Amino acid sequence: MQPLVRTVGISKSYPSGGTIVCAVSNVSLVIEHGEFVAIRGRSGSGKSTLMNLLGLLDRPDSGTYAFNGREVAKLSEDGRATVRSHDIGFIFQQPALLPRATALENVELPLIYAGIPPSRRRRKARDALDRVGLGDRGHHWPNQLSGGEQQRVVIARATVNDPVLILADEPTGSLDSATGNEILSLFEALHREGRTIIVVTHATEVANRARRLITLHDGRIVEDSSASSDNLRPAALSMGSLP
Amino acid sequence: MSPLESLRIAARALRVNKLRSALTVLGIVVGVGAVVCMVSVGAGAQAEVSEKIRTLGANLLLVMPGARNSGGARLESGTQPTLTVEDAASIRRELADVQVAAPLLSRSLPLVAANRNWVTVVAGINPDYLVAREWQVASGRLFTSDEIASGAKVAIVGAVIVEELFNGGPGIGETLRIGNVPFTVIGVLDKKGLGAAGRSQDDVVFIPLSAAKSRVLGAVRGTTREALDFISIKVSDTTAMSEIQRDVEALLRQRHRIRGDAPSDFRVENPADVLFARGAAMRLLAGLLIAVAAVSLVVGGISIMNIMLVSVTERTREIGLRMAVGARRREIRWQFLIEAAILALVGGLVGAFLGAAAAVAIAWKAGWPVLISPWAIVLACGFAGFIGISFGLYPAHRAARLDPIVALRFE
Repeated sequence: MQPLVRTVGISKSYPSGGTIVCAVSNVSLVIEHGEFVAIRGRSGSGKSTLMNLLGLLDRPDSGTYAFNGREVAKLSEDGRATVRSHDIGFIFQQPALLPRATALENVELPLIYAGIPPSRRRRKARDALDRVGLGDRGHHWPNQLSGGEQQRVVIARATVNDPVLILADEPTGSLDSATGNEILSLFEALHREGRTIIVVTHATEVANRARRLITLHDGRIVEDSSASSDNLRPAALSMGSLP
Repeated sequence: MSPLESLRIAARALRVNKLRSALTVLGIVVGVGAVVCMVSVGAGAQAEVSEKIRTLGANLLLVMPGARNSGGARLESGTQPTLTVEDAASIRRELADVQVAAPLLSRSLPLVAANRNWVTVVAGINPDYLVAREWQVASGRLFTSDEIASGAKVAIVGAVIVEELFNGGPGIGETLRIGNVPFTVIGVLDKKGLGAAGRSQDDVVFIPLSAAKSRVLGAVRGTTREALDFISIKVSDTTAMSEIQRDVEALLRQRHRIRGDAPSDFRVENPADVLFARGAAMRLLAGLLIAVAAVSLVVGGISIMNIMLVSVTERTREIGLRMAVGARRREIRWQFLIEAAILALVGGLVGAFLGAAAAVAIAWKAGWPVLISPWAIVLACGFAGFIGISFGLYPAHRAARLDPIVALRFE
């Protein structure tokens, strides 16, 4: 089986204030199916840019990126949108819900663009809300939900289309620690189901939950907790028996 | 994503900002409304003109008394009797294409029948006049030549008179006092409707010209008994109207002994020409208003573009989010384009409805037939939709061009 993510020497630079900032520089990375990875680094370390690249929101300037066995570095905007709608679920910092749509409608959003017919869409969205424990809140507006509930709706949206990769950017950034812990428990549950999760964070408690820790500094990987170890087997197999 | 889905999303976004959406389409509403209203009013006015020409008789010329010099003072047109029955007879006799030349003498007089009274136009005519006007009796009969010759006290009345004086009853055989002279009603005329001056043509009483001169009007007027109000000429060849008009003028100038370039003491008019000119003026006015309405449509389009641009900026985060979860650029473009098109089309439909209502109100007020042109509605709404889409293109393009990363970070 191909690794889910395999980048070879990807770089991305932005013009910023007259100079060119190299946000991600020559990063080579392999992430297998079923891994739970945290990417850590100070602000400006390039972790958000790396997440945008891994999530196909952005295109690397150089290097190659094979996503789920398919070369995607040169994919067009629309081609990347199609991959995103089918294979990647995003969890952003808040607020990341459409304010004028109900929780259920927010969860349905990726299914609309994936071309799922309305009746099946509604059913899948309900199931996803059920899984995050909000089955009875589908018709609430985002501003009627607490911060933790909103983030759970976002998680339901990120998982509704059964993506092979879940990408989270500071998923507990705007939550208190108790609510944050609930969210992190949800992440662990998702991981136990065998999903691949990449979390970008600077919070240690988030990073500690992950099975693998990658530290970025100035756009380069300076530490990778599993790079030297040999347990790069699909995590789904090894984690399946964990509580 | 299916088109229906795009439509639903767009309609939803518009419902969120109801007041703003309503204000945005106002320009389109006014534009489409004005076009539909003006085209309909123009068509109604046109139909009205045609109808008047038809009831008047299309091949009619009128000779009216004009100003006359009296000791250096120009007297007002019609104040001096210049036309006579003899003039009418000679026009008929001497001009080949003249079918009928009917003299008419009229006055507004009080009528009394039983215990009702009414003031209306009493006109002394020969049967020729009804021929010239192509006017038949609905019931009863016309004047006989004996009655004309003897100045018999008989009358033919219009439908309005039957309504006002005889309570809608048959009226034939009833006695009608004109001034103080009793006349017998022998005929009721067909309905003609409103005339060129906006007065009902059916509000009229016809009596023999001789009776009018000797028994009714002569006493009122105190002027020469030969005087006429006008002569109606029916022409057999409508293509020669202007030639005959010239011939009549020449003949009457000769009869009235007007030499060289001295002004005539009469006028020869073609009422259809006057009506045509009025119709043309009305069409020109409607055309100008339609041009103004077109400008309003363009302004309405600009206002849609303006609001769509504001909306794209406001919803940058939403756009970024939609892109992140898999919306392709064309799906974002369609969403905003459909919003603009819905705005314009709804504006167009509301405008068409209001315009049609206004046209009905105007037609009703003016007594015209109501003619709502379905083509005007289809065309105006189509144009509104076209405007909406063309002015929505740029904002939609801007939305679709957004970089999802930048859009997601937008506050």
